[in-house]
Amino acid sequence: MNIVVPVKMVPDLVEELEVDATGRALDRSFLKLRINEFDEHALEEALLLKAKHGGTVTVLALDTGEVDETLFTCLAKGADRAIKITGQFQDGVSSHAAAAVLARVLGSIPHDLILTGVQAADDRDGQVGILLASTLDLPHVSVVSGVEPAAGGKAVTARQEYAGGIMAELEVDLPAVLGIQAAREAPRYAPVSKVRQVMKTQKLEEVAAPAVEVGAGSTVSRLAKPETGGRAEILEGSPEEVADRLVAILAERGFAKR
Amino acid sequence: MANDIAVVIEHLEGKVADISFEMLGKGRELAKASGGQLLALLLGHGVKGLAAELGCADGVIVSEHETLRHYTPEAHKQALAAILKARAPRVTLVANTAMGMDLAAGLSGSLGWSLCAYCRDARLTDGRLTAVSQIYGGKLLADADVEGPSTILSILAGSFPAEAGKAAGNPRVEEVPPPPLDKPRIRFKRLIQPEAGDVDITRQAVLVSVGRGIQSKDNIPVVEELAQALGGALSASRPIVDQGWLPKTRQVGKSGMTVKPKLYVAVGISGAPEHIEGMRGAELIVAINTDPNAPIFNVAHYGVVSDLFDVIPLLAEKLKASK
Repeated sequence: MNIVVPVKMVPDLVEELEVDATGRALDRSFLKLRINEFDEHALEEALLLKAKHGGTVTVLALDTGEVDETLFTCLAKGADRAIKITGQFQDGVSSHAAAAVLARVLGSIPHDLILTGVQAADDRDGQVGILLASTLDLPHVSVVSGVEPAAGGKAVTARQEYAGGIMAELEVDLPAVLGIQAAREAPRYAPVSKVRQVMKTQKLEEVAAPAVEVGAGSTVSRLAKPETGGRAEILEGSPEEVADRLVAILAERGFAKR
Repeated sequence: MANDIAVVIEHLEGKVADISFEMLGKGRELAKASGGQLLALLLGHGVKGLAAELGCADGVIVSEHETLRHYTPEAHKQALAAILKARAPRVTLVANTAMGMDLAAGLSGSLGWSLCAYCRDARLTDGRLTAVSQIYGGKLLADADVEGPSTILSILAGSFPAEAGKAAGNPRVEEVPPPPLDKPRIRFKRLIQPEAGDVDITRQAVLVSVGRGIQSKDNIPVVEELAQALGGALSASRPIVDQGWLPKTRQVGKSGMTVKPKLYVAVGISGAPEHIEGMRGAELIVAINTDPNAPIFNVAHYGVVSDLFDVIPLLAEKLKASK
């Protein structure tokens, strides 16, 4: 089975996010990017499927900046190929545009199964995997955890997670696109030494992004932190003082004794 | 028609999901602004009876067929695409849920209509549509001017009051058979109910919930101590369960459980929208996080900006001593 995993870089949400002077976009000057965490799950699921059933894993990424190390890390984890799609993506790219580019690039890459992260922190105009599937007219299922080959390799069984812990088991003909919520195992870790070694011994493939047209979209007019009426009362002081305040608050409501 | 507002009704096992009523309420407001009708789109098999609950709408379009009996993204998307193409409503609201996600983006891709995802709000002013999306893990809101005569919005659960969409009424019901789907590429096999046996976190009065801030599985006992001191149970946000540190039965949030305990202590949880969706109904929420801008503080009643390892063990100790 030829598995393709498109990955994308997103702002690291652990860091403070600043809005730029226009008030419409992120200030990218100090922005720290990292691989979308759901894409790490998609890669892990792909690598687990490969280990158990054979096949290849190809990782794709649009060059939105800081992408090389991420792609080398994917190779260090066990991906067979890593392809960087170059173009004018430094200021970010809409999901519709990313999907259109990926669809064209996939024309020359064998793909039975495309695994993407279920969503990303910045996919304001929709999830890339689903848009990609629609462009390629492939079946798609999102919020998937657990993928197994079925029907003699012509299909996969995917578990789609609903609310309340209920799951649906669906059989999906290949080729298909699945949006991975969680891999069966926690994403593996590639030690820095291994990534360094891969950087010396392996090369990233590069493909120039083809020109694409996208239809009607939307333009951000304002980007801001949410204004909240009901913001928490923040308890200040030393850990000792804070703990005492919390005990008092909890005691007042009957959750503790004073 | 071009001014209508459509709402895709989500339902599972014969029950209309609350998010559907939230969207009907919002849809009513948008229809007033657009001067069009509010249409509820109801797909399934043997679901016509549910139309009686959708009194908020002016009309219910029912599409019933054996292929729609169980939800699959393919069959439901195809049936919806046919209806939407024929009616071309101004705005179509779809839930940003496991079911709705494939439909919203899939319809945008198939129909070529614009899409704004993760919407918390939407406004129509003189025919112009503004959508407010909650992105970057809930840290920022983006207002966007939306292009195109028809737009799809995927709506985050908990954005609007469900009550507003539960109005009684007598909408006309119109039956529209779906186009044939001879060779489905996605086939429903079965529904899997959650495993029983572990603690049922939906029935606990006190939950102490642990998130990514705990850093390692070895640190989980630190939070477990606090749960014990409060006589409550341990629950978790999604990353903890994805790592395999706690079982799925303990997961609070969109793809886990919705909980409404009397006390919810969020430890090292930043509060992504998917998590908040599952716990915002708790009576008292206390949050501890190192990031003062963590969205969890927007729903918590009391907040502590601190390293959890400085405060949690001390708090557990003091609570135990006070007993």
